Amino acid sequence: MGDEVVALEYEKMIDFTSASINFELIYSEISLLVAAFLILLTAFQRHLARLAPLVALVGIAVSFYFALQQWGNQMSGFFGMITCDDFGTAFKLLFLVVAALTLLIAHRFLIVKRISSPEFYALLLVSTMGMMVMANTTDLLVMFLGLEIMSVPLYVMAGYARRSLASNEAGIKYFIMGAFASAFLLLGIAFVFGASGTTDLRQIVADYSFIVSNFQNYLYAGAALILIGFGFKIAAVPFHAWVPDVYHGAPTPVTAFFSVGPKAAGFAVMLRIFLFGFEQMEMLTELFWVLAVLTMTVGNILALRQNNVKRMLAYSSIAHAGYILVALCVGGNDAMSAAVFYLVAYAMFNLGAFAVIVLLETRSGCKSDFSELSGLSSSAPYLSAVLALFMFALAGFPPTVGFLGKFYIFSAAVKSGYILLTVIAVMNSFLSVYYYLRIVKTSYFETFEGTFAPAPYSPAIMVVLFITAVGTLGLGFFPDRVLEFSQSALFAFL
Amino acid sequence: MEDTILTLITFFPTIGVLLLVMVPKERHDSIKAVALIISFVTMLLSFMLWSMFDPVANGMQLELDLPWIVSFGIHYHMGIDGISLVLIVMTTILSVLSILSSWRSITKGVKGFFISMLLLETGMLGVFCSLDLFMFYVFWEVMLVPMYFLIGVWGGPRRIYAAIKFVLFTMFGSLLMLVAILYVLFQYQAFSGEYSFDMIKLLSMPIPYREQLWLFGAFALAFAIKVPLWPFHTWLPDAHVEAPTAGSVILAGVLLKMGTYGFLRICLPMFPDATMTYLPYICVLSLIAIIYGALVAMVQKDVKSLVAFSSVSHMGFVMVGMFALNFQGLQGSVLQMINHGISTGALFLLVGMIYERRHTRMISEFGGLAKVMPFFAAVFMIITLSSIGLPLTNGFVGEFLILLGVFKANSVYGIVAASGVILSACYMLWMYQRVFFGKVTKPENERLNDLSWREKLIMVPLVLLVFWIGIYPQPLLERMEPAVKQVLQHVSRAQTVRMDERYQIQKVVHHPENPTRAMCGLTQGDESCLR
Repeated sequence: MGDEVVALEYEKMIDFTSASINFELIYSEISLLVAAFLILLTAFQRHLARLAPLVALVGIAVSFYFALQQWGNQMSGFFGMITCDDFGTAFKLLFLVVAALTLLIAHRFLIVKRISSPEFYALLLVSTMGMMVMANTTDLLVMFLGLEIMSVPLYVMAGYARRSLASNEAGIKYFIMGAFASAFLLLGIAFVFGASGTTDLRQIVADYSFIVSNFQNYLYAGAALILIGFGFKIAAVPFHAWVPDVYHGAPTPVTAFFSVGPKAAGFAVMLRIFLFGFEQMEMLTELFWVLAVLTMTVGNILALRQNNVKRMLAYSSIAHAGYILVALCVGGNDAMSAAVFYLVAYAMFNLGAFAVIVLLETRSGCKSDFSELSGLSSSAPYLSAVLALFMFALAGFPPTVGFLGKFYIFSAAVKSGYILLTVIAVMNSFLSVYYYLRIVKTSYFETFEGTFAPAPYSPAIMVVLFITAVGTLGLGFFPDRVLEFSQSALFAFL
Repeated sequence: MEDTILTLITFFPTIGVLLLVMVPKERHDSIKAVALIISFVTMLLSFMLWSMFDPVANGMQLELDLPWIVSFGIHYHMGIDGISLVLIVMTTILSVLSILSSWRSITKGVKGFFISMLLLETGMLGVFCSLDLFMFYVFWEVMLVPMYFLIGVWGGPRRIYAAIKFVLFTMFGSLLMLVAILYVLFQYQAFSGEYSFDMIKLLSMPIPYREQLWLFGAFALAFAIKVPLWPFHTWLPDAHVEAPTAGSVILAGVLLKMGTYGFLRICLPMFPDATMTYLPYICVLSLIAIIYGALVAMVQKDVKSLVAFSSVSHMGFVMVGMFALNFQGLQGSVLQMINHGISTGALFLLVGMIYERRHTRMISEFGGLAKVMPFFAAVFMIITLSSIGLPLTNGFVGEFLILLGVFKANSVYGIVAASGVILSACYMLWMYQRVFFGKVTKPENERLNDLSWREKLIMVPLVLLVFWIGIYPQPLLERMEPAVKQVLQHVSRAQTVRMDERYQIQKVVHHPENPTRAMCGLTQGDESCLR
């Protein structure tokens, strides 16, 4: 009842603009697209190709500026297809930061691996734009559209190392799984449309009781299918099987992007669909409970035995999706702001960890096995110190932001009375301590007999490491600003 | 100064860390000097704290309370009472001595080692100063990291196994504690309408009996692993034996005390009813620890692992004294925490000194050392006697008070605990005899140098402390007294404050003939009035 009123008010607030075509809403998307096309144009002027990363960075910066302008505004346009609220804008900003950091991580790596070409940056920008579309709509079909805009470049990026078999495999595998997931998602949207006659979540919320009383089964089936579709994207167990191979095979900067960007986009949409659109659906709680427990536990247990850092981080990213699923299960404002905060925090230290791995991989012959890290503390003391910092953050040690992220999610869960779920989550993060500390152990406690060329100096990656390390520690001490940010991001849901 | 002194003490070692980061790693002497000076100044500051502390006042002193993470009601809240005061002073003293003891023995990664030591000091002091549960937890966990590195990088042959075991054991307990902390937070919010982690404010909240049982369990598990209480002790021998000397000193001297401190500061005052219920179990576990630790120590071939197992036994004393829940028992328990820090810390230092000379710690490798190293033998004897608890040494005062308290509470427990004293005399003196008396059997032992001036400098303060506490413990006891009484008062709430609550009735029905209730001086009449 109360939610109906909220939804109606929400509609009233946006009504007078929603019918118009309001380009202001998509300035930030447009700027990314313009940058992407400018980069593609360099195909005709090859000597300009090396400007591509610069153009991309400028595009991201401009887009960031426009996104910031939208902060605090709540508008809808394109006949309700695009909705700007703080929730969406928060995610927009997150995606842009992730894209910029990925770009900085990738630049040097691509050159060293001889796969550098301007198209990579164009793909990155288009994919980011897709994520932004996903986060800024309440319409299921537009979400699907955004998802495809995001995914298609990702398929290409996964297979970007053309001469590497593993990378090709990663591309194909990701494509097949992605297509499969999209099919589920589309079927789910069709069911929901069949039950409700609309694809707009706001409409569904408004008519919820009517829909449920008449077409409950269709709506539930639709929700479940949508859940499966996004389950693939965020790598929830049992839809996770593609993750290790794709993460392992893809070029490492792309893996870094995978583990953060699409995951955050998937969660942005899931938060909107399941905690706003289908908020009143009781079955979801149990579904997410099971999903969260499975995802955390399977991810952590499989990560224990990995001998490759990338594969380990792949499983760890599954586990982290599990922690965020806890927030989805709990529901409510606290849990949602905890999820947003966690995504921001996770993006920070996970990208940082990947940046270290990328830097190490630019040494020739490095496959990022655990054994290659041994003795890192003596050959590269500062690098191994930041790597250790990121591992402690991933494991959730205070005073890093990794601890606070978990703290907020767990506190939301405890507050709503999910004690058992919290205990399971806590035991999972206990398991994870083992394998994250294995990296610290290898780099600090073991000595390496062979010789590796010292990691080459890369200013771009240094910048990334600096930003992520300062963020990981700084936000651990003073999280108030980001916390407020993640709380005010929920304005649309209040 | 009044309100910032605790912050200054806690974070002064961190300033040292920042300084050390700037020193180039080849400049070993400068690194050591910086670490020593910083820890020495920290110690002087803690002496200043001692003089600023008002021994007769009740409640927390030298408090500082600032909002930190506003949306969760997390405060930067520091403050101390007598119990934390003595622990802080002990921590700073042991830190200086252990840094001094690492002067020669640490050769690789010198910079990292002293950075870890100073970070560890901040973590430990933070735990004893925090009055906010969140801060307490943060410091509790932060301290794991440097200790993990200390064991893993500078430890013995099985250091990696020991380091990981140490972290995993501690993490297991503390993560469950985190859930309990969160639960308490929301209980308090429901009770008072505001979020707060303030340990003092939380005490005003009545917690239903059933929930107390769970919460006490979660907190107690974390603390019991740290203490370590039998059967959670298995990490301890590994960690103690593999850690470098300085690490062992800090582990035994301070880290174990954080477990007992947690019991005193959180478990007992916050969950008095659950304390009553769990009391017999914890007492039995502590008694097992006393006897088991002593028996296992007796058969050790390695001096360091003998000292490690003796820690299990001694910490059992601390626990059983605490759970006697009377004034003498608690006083003795807190005093014994300090005593154990001094005597076991000193033993680890002594073992480290002989290890530096001979690169072995096997009892069978020694014999007749008293002739070769007379000063060393004399100091070792004094510390051995203090560890056994001979009159005039510090150990006697602590053990005597504990036994007095335990006998008052339950004479069977008292008899078992007292037998632990005899056992400790057995294993310590037997070890001393085999190492120091008799003829020099190994030719390598014939030309060992006696203690250098640096090593004497380390041992002399400890010996002085042994006798000072042994002869005149009053300054310590009188500072602890108000705090100890406060704890007892909170525990006694179990019967008095909550009579009007509906849970009370259920509780009494639950435990109509709980014999341990008599311990707190609750008479039969009180029982019936509850009913």
